[in-house]
Amino acid sequence: MATRRLGAKKLRVLPGFRLTLGYTLIYLGLIVLIPLAAVFIKTSTLTWAQFSHTVTSPQALAAYRLSFGASFFAALVNAVFGLVVAWVLVRYNFFGKKIVDALVDLPFALPTAVAGITLATLYAENGWIGHLLVPFGIKVSYTRLGVFVALTFIGLPFIVRTVQPVLEDFDPEIEEAAASLGANRWQTFRRIIFPTLTPALLTGFALAFARALGEYGSVVFISSNIPMKTQIVPLLIMNELDGFQYAKAAALAVVMLVVSFALLLAINLLQWWSNRYNTQSLA
Amino acid sequence: MTPVFTSSVPHRAGHRRPTSESPVVRRLLIGVALAFMALFLVVPLVSVFAQAFAKGFGFYFQTLHDPLTLSAVKLTLIAAGISVPLNCIFGVTAAWAIAKFDFRGKNILLTLIDLPFSISPVISGMIFVLVFGAQGWFGSWFSDHNVKIIFAVPGIVLATIFVTFPFAARELIPLMQSQGRTEEEAARVLGASGWQTFWRVTIPNIKWGLIYGVILCNARAMGEFGAVSVVSGHINGQTNTIPLHVQFLYDGYDTVGAFAVASLLAFLALITLVLKTWVEHKNVALNAVNE
Repeated sequence: MATRRLGAKKLRVLPGFRLTLGYTLIYLGLIVLIPLAAVFIKTSTLTWAQFSHTVTSPQALAAYRLSFGASFFAALVNAVFGLVVAWVLVRYNFFGKKIVDALVDLPFALPTAVAGITLATLYAENGWIGHLLVPFGIKVSYTRLGVFVALTFIGLPFIVRTVQPVLEDFDPEIEEAAASLGANRWQTFRRIIFPTLTPALLTGFALAFARALGEYGSVVFISSNIPMKTQIVPLLIMNELDGFQYAKAAALAVVMLVVSFALLLAINLLQWWSNRYNTQSLA
Repeated sequence: MTPVFTSSVPHRAGHRRPTSESPVVRRLLIGVALAFMALFLVVPLVSVFAQAFAKGFGFYFQTLHDPLTLSAVKLTLIAAGISVPLNCIFGVTAAWAIAKFDFRGKNILLTLIDLPFSISPVISGMIFVLVFGAQGWFGSWFSDHNVKIIFAVPGIVLATIFVTFPFAARELIPLMQSQGRTEEEAARVLGASGWQTFWRVTIPNIKWGLIYGVILCNARAMGEFGAVSVVSGHINGQTNTIPLHVQFLYDGYDTVGAFAVASLLAFLALITLVLKTWVEHKNVALNAVNE
């Protein structure tokens, strides 16, 4: 830092500041910002009445309900099982642990279309898992439950990968202190460990939720895509695009983008909170 | 890239420490975790390959040798071959600017770079239709000049670049930030030129991070479905990538064929996981040596 300010002019030892920052901004602008602006500009060709009519149509409202509901429950299920998986991977030793750890990232690595056709086939009435559920009268493929299953699959790594590092860094002395002061294992977990994990758990939840909201590839195969019933928002946008209703599609996209940006902000705040928490516990 | 190490609390079978759970609870938790993983990850993965070979090896290889499959493979390789290097160059440049210099608005820039991650693939594809499509901003200009972007290969490449945009940058930025600038500054003071410093000091330092970024970027580039689906137009043999060809076969009730092609992508996913684990392992070892 001592090299920074010499009088009023900044003296830089390393070259390339203008070149690299300039290139970064131009590339970012051309690939991301200008195309993204098109969504907002296209939407602005609609009047306010047309816009609100598009984004609050019964079909859109049903799609929001399904998208938000299924994403929420999928993230919730992942929060519970993701915590267990992260805990087991950090705290216990068992045969095949390294393989299990590597497999956690499978939903990141496996293309969504492959996940989609695989889950749709597995949970169909004659599929490996689907035929086991038939006697109970449970249908998964081509129902809302199927949407939930697909979203659970793609959200799985988020919770594990955000909770894992926090658990690894957890100071065992704090647990020893709790135990020596007479806390039983459950009390230590509930009062000491769990509060430390909360920011990471919420961050993971928000990441899984955000990813699930926008997911398309894995859902399109396992859902029957019937408007008002099993149609998620990205599918509704796709339908509008297929019908060349670009302004309508853009209007729905604006709603989704606003929600995504709000979630992104929430995730950044959560991460900031979680980092603060970590440095405090280290100090 | 979180280093993976085992717990600092040793567990011995039969002997329970006050900071560990009883063996029953431990086994129960391991059981729950493994059952969840098996149901959601192992069973689907196994079923891809089981379905792919359901009609035997002959049918499998026949599907893979089909001209339509080969053209899809070719297009996927083109899209990944363009988008991965471009986004890696961008990642290195952005990381250099952000990690080596101080300037205002850095946090906003970081958020903007991450933006494509939080956007639905359908919207990622749609923005290029709005810009370059027939009714789009530049659509008429390009069609006057006989250049087809949407429902053609350039659109697919653009959409792929967009969805894989942050991968290399988000690996390299934190890595270069943690390494600081002292080594490069020392090289400069000792008389190295800017390029010499970059190639001999920076690149060896970020090598593993860059490889990691390439692996993740490539996996997404080859597997992208939603964004590419919007801009592709689904012209068989021309604008279908591997994932789109999987959809074409699946929708045409050629389930086994669809899984045969999908098995290529599943295999790619497995290779990605192996390479990723290997780089992480390498990195932990490297960090241990440095410390």
